[in-house]
Amino acid sequence: MYCDNCKERPATVHITQIHNDKKVEMHLCEACAAKKGTYEMNWGQGLTEGFTLPNLLSGFFGGAMPLVNGPVDTQPSPTSCPDCGMSFHQFTQTGRLGCGQCYDSYASQIEPILRRIHGNTRHLGRVPARSGEKVRLQKTIKDLKKELQDAVSREEYEQAAELRDRIKALERKKEMEERG
Amino acid sequence: MSIADILDRKDVSWMDGSGPDSDIVISSRVRLARNLYKFPFPHLLNDTTGAEVMQQISQAVNRSKDKVIKGLELVTLDTLSALDRKILMEKHLISPEHAIASEPYRGLMVDKKGSLAVMINEEDHLRIQCLLSGLQLNQAYKYAQTVDDALEKLLDYAFSEKMGYLTACPTNVGTGMRASVMLHLPAMALANQISSVVQSITQVGLTVRGMYGEGTEAEGNLYQLSNQVTLGQTEEDIINNLWVITVQLATQERNLRERLQKEIKYQIEDKVMRSYGLLTNARLLTSAEALSLLSDVRMGIEMGILSPVKREVLNQLIVAINPSHVQKAAGRELEPRERDIKRAEIIKEKLLAS
Repeated sequence: MYCDNCKERPATVHITQIHNDKKVEMHLCEACAAKKGTYEMNWGQGLTEGFTLPNLLSGFFGGAMPLVNGPVDTQPSPTSCPDCGMSFHQFTQTGRLGCGQCYDSYASQIEPILRRIHGNTRHLGRVPARSGEKVRLQKTIKDLKKELQDAVSREEYEQAAELRDRIKALERKKEMEERG
Repeated sequence: MSIADILDRKDVSWMDGSGPDSDIVISSRVRLARNLYKFPFPHLLNDTTGAEVMQQISQAVNRSKDKVIKGLELVTLDTLSALDRKILMEKHLISPEHAIASEPYRGLMVDKKGSLAVMINEEDHLRIQCLLSGLQLNQAYKYAQTVDDALEKLLDYAFSEKMGYLTACPTNVGTGMRASVMLHLPAMALANQISSVVQSITQVGLTVRGMYGEGTEAEGNLYQLSNQVTLGQTEEDIINNLWVITVQLATQERNLRERLQKEIKYQIEDKVMRSYGLLTNARLLTSAEALSLLSDVRMGIEMGILSPVKREVLNQLIVAINPSHVQKAAGRELEPRERDIKRAEIIKEKLLAS
């Protein structure tokens, strides 16, 4: 029997594939089989299984190489994301995060991964006009609240009152934007 | 042209053969991944939350006053037949995953020319992609960006100041942008230069894949080149980086073709002519064989060895020979062997007609 592909060399590789309930037979010589990748694909399937993205990602954790050098996180990460409920373990299995909040919930674990994938951890690209403004607003409110706490603890009440008014104004603005 | 037209027609925008460097660069694509704030990413959606995401998006599309959105048609994928979904995949408008998945809340928006396609609830809530002929990365980016801006007016995106657009997979976070070009590099393949290209390209943050994206093999000497890094670079830098490398590769490919013609004129002409002979005479053609022969013929035409066939026709052919398109043309399901017969007919007819 000659090779189905080159029709020159004798067929030494015989492949039977069941695809959509249809049996497909191929008879190839070694050279064509290797070129086609079918041969390799078949014997390689078990081998390459270890190299899916989730597996690569999970290789970044635990294992022999400690991810974070030095002392272990002082802030323990939550066992599951408060917004979507996905556990970090699930992420290491699927390679996909559960929601936008996950990036915050697991910030300390994700940062080294981002560094490895992108060589970087800070966004430099575009900022969406509206959602970006909202994020900025939220951050400003968060910062001001912290300042307010500090002012109160320093007993600087005049400054605290001023901060409180600014926060109120910003929160109103945020509410109005949310209602559209 | 509606989705129904796109399904029936042989051409969508990226196949028209226009644009700079279209002798080597078949198409340019820019894809933006976006997610809605307050919803879990698609792989965690259930039928209820999935329908909500779909509703938010369709409401935004209906309410939008932007021209670019008004020109889009939205369908849920479960209203299309399995064959039609594969047709869309073979035209590169949706991903293989999107074509076969069964969730009822998966959707698609397309423009009239089929140059813009938005996948809904694929890996991310929104995947806005623009696909144009030739080397038109900037134009593709601008179009995708316009649609993105218009949608963002009415949808709250998951965005963080520090990490940018938040995506289901951390490999897309930041710009959420994947820019790619599809290149035809037969002379480089003949000269065994592909593996060294792949190596050096990886070092500048780019990656090479087969024609249908991730995990697919390069057939017919068609290579898809795209950016790997999405975080820590601006969109313009990413586009520019890819553009510079693409232009270099195109120049290298052209130089090698010139050398082929000078150094092994008869061998190369023989190869091209034989392939043309096979394509116009064979009674059975598998898609892999057809792609490889079409690659020779395309190169031969660009080198002036064969009388010119429009690039548009060649681009349509690399899509028309795929299993679903062949079956659509036959009007029924076909066994693989029957497909090979029909495929050979399609190719012969197209090539001899032009």
